[in-house]
Amino acid sequence: MDIRAQISMIFHLDKCIGCHTCSVACKNIWTDRKGAEYMWWNNVETKPGTGYPQKWENQSIYKGGWERDEVGRIHLRGAGKKRGLMNIFHNPALPSIDDYYEPFTYRYLNLIEAPAGDDQPTARPVSLITGEPMDIKMGPNWDDDLGGSPDYARNDPNLEGMTPAERDAMFQLERMAFFYLPRICNHCLNPACVASCPSGAIYKRGEDGVVLINQNVCRAWRMCVTACPYKKSYYNWHTGKSEKCILCYPRMEAGYAPACMHSCVGRIRYIGVILYDADRIEAAASADQKDLVRAQTDILMDPFDEEVIASARKNGVPDSTIKAAQQSPAYKFIKVWKMALPLHPEFRTLPMLWYVPPLLPVMASVKEGDARQKDKLNPMAKTWADDWLYDTSTEELWGTVEQARFPLKYLASLFSAGDTGAVADRLKKLMAVRIYRRWKTAHDVPEAKMRQALNDTGLTEDSAEAIYYLTALAKFNDRFVIPPAHREQAMEMLEFTGDVKGSTGFGFREHPERGL
Amino acid sequence: MNLPNVFLFIGLPYIAMVIFLVGTIQRYRGKGFKVSSLSSQFLEGRALFWGVVPFHIGILMVFFGHLTAFLVPRGVLLWNGDPLRLLILQVTAFSFGLTILVGLVGLLARRFTNARVKMVTTKMDLLIELMLLAQVVLGLWTAYAYRWGSSWFAADLSPYLWSLFKLEPNIVAVSDLPLPIKLHIVNAFLIFAVFPFTRLVHVLVAPLHYLTRPYQQVIWNWDRRAVRDPESPWAPTRPKNN
Repeated sequence: MDIRAQISMIFHLDKCIGCHTCSVACKNIWTDRKGAEYMWWNNVETKPGTGYPQKWENQSIYKGGWERDEVGRIHLRGAGKKRGLMNIFHNPALPSIDDYYEPFTYRYLNLIEAPAGDDQPTARPVSLITGEPMDIKMGPNWDDDLGGSPDYARNDPNLEGMTPAERDAMFQLERMAFFYLPRICNHCLNPACVASCPSGAIYKRGEDGVVLINQNVCRAWRMCVTACPYKKSYYNWHTGKSEKCILCYPRMEAGYAPACMHSCVGRIRYIGVILYDADRIEAAASADQKDLVRAQTDILMDPFDEEVIASARKNGVPDSTIKAAQQSPAYKFIKVWKMALPLHPEFRTLPMLWYVPPLLPVMASVKEGDARQKDKLNPMAKTWADDWLYDTSTEELWGTVEQARFPLKYLASLFSAGDTGAVADRLKKLMAVRIYRRWKTAHDVPEAKMRQALNDTGLTEDSAEAIYYLTALAKFNDRFVIPPAHREQAMEMLEFTGDVKGSTGFGFREHPERGL
Repeated sequence: MNLPNVFLFIGLPYIAMVIFLVGTIQRYRGKGFKVSSLSSQFLEGRALFWGVVPFHIGILMVFFGHLTAFLVPRGVLLWNGDPLRLLILQVTAFSFGLTILVGLVGLLARRFTNARVKMVTTKMDLLIELMLLAQVVLGLWTAYAYRWGSSWFAADLSPYLWSLFKLEPNIVAVSDLPLPIKLHIVNAFLIFAVFPFTRLVHVLVAPLHYLTRPYQQVIWNWDRRAVRDPESPWAPTRPKNN
């Protein structure tokens, strides 16, 4: 047993309103520099959608992540020692800037300085790369809220396993549903970017598991961009260095929350410490496809276990970190309540950002007064009187594809490597907590039904109450449980972020000038 | 032994070597951020493929060819003892030279025609590419016009280069060489002199150590056990990362 600490984030997707405040907070602090304009270390995608960069989940295009061979061992799909060095001159799987979007601005000054004339002056869009006027073809959220669905949402790689009928059902106007997927670097336990870096510039920080790129060692071999299956390592075309989300470690070392989490309007983000067993990473990463979620959950250890605590101490994990791990909202969501799932566990990088799948778009919408539908539902569904809108039953929660607005298969493709059961379990828990609270506050759910819902999902009144508290009422300190800064471990605690704004990154004094 | 020859074949190589050594060390230690291959594949990938792959394969082969002739001239002469083997060596080397030429011309054309690549092109990029182009053309010319290069390189030029390294420069052999060969040699020294100030520095950080390291890297900012041990003093130095 080799217990280490990892900072982990939970995204409660039901609460995400898609406002992009996190993205903007992140961009203002870290990526408003030349060469980084196109980078969104934090971005929010509409699902179904192709995302940013286009179709990033489709690894037959981008060759990211790990793949398992017949013997059960894992290899980097598009990089690695042999393939990486062979393709070092020209990396065939490197996305180009057009897969993201060409960054642009507008000639605003023209509005003021244009000479008098017959026409209204305009602010033409110009490329931030060449400075030449351009036609904007794409932006970081071009498919926001299902805009341009025929081109974007319908090409979502997650639709691959679904039949044409199922796909069509998703895009019927009356049934159409979507949700938002905020994404940052997953600070994986088995990071493909670290493994792919020929220079060894990328490393995982031992103290808190943040994955960082040493800007002085990066030599622009570009393998991390290919290897990261989430496409969260970006190439700065101006400085010739790769950059990625740093989980705002200078802020965290100083006791502040990461900017994306701190600015979250919907309060969907929870951040806490998790203790994991480093000895079992390889086994978990090479688990069988159907066991992936379980294997990845299993290596997260119980912070109250004496043996775990002893091993953590032996590894130099401070007591305050162990204490934070015991109060960690992340641990509760992942292990205690089993409500969170990793994003695309089949990439086998063991991502450490977990998602509570969205219940709202999945809930079946049932037309009012449809007698045929009404008969199909069990009595519990009718607790909302006769003109109900949602099927709230726990037994037949999803019904047939015709009834569900959002096929479970789709969510399973995102969060559980195709295991619909794992997603259904999580969604039923979300539902059960709602039924419990309905019983408690509105009194229109019979107690027997509430108990049945809790029993079916393995929850108790106490745990349902705790989930409700952490979901709906949690104060900032309940959502942000990071131990106070350890000065002896901090890299940047004594610096002020403003001093190095516009620089390449923290801990780096040089102005990010391009090499000769 | 006239003065220009003394300068070009004794002064210049020593000056170039000093600039090369001091310059690369200074750049690596003082401006580590600028040591990068500065790939522009992210902005343009298709034309790059047809330029960069032939260029690199060609230049690596030709470079190691020159290095072999410099290090083991006797071995090269022995190999060349058989006319067929000599012909094979010459033709192979010439083909790799042509490969460089094709790649380099492609890369230069790409620099001039692609608007995005133009934005990340510096003066030094153009300078070094033109110097390399000149070097390749001169090399091909030499190989074509003054046969058989691999033999006389091993017999005449290797001793000269060795004499430079031994600090007993002997330029008798080089002084009488035809002009294209002299230009090729002088240009080589010039390339070494500008090397530290160009993107060529990425050659020196070629990631061969990747082959020997484990895939995953975890770095503790401080010695995680020592830092918690009241008996041990604080680590006297900052950790190596960042």
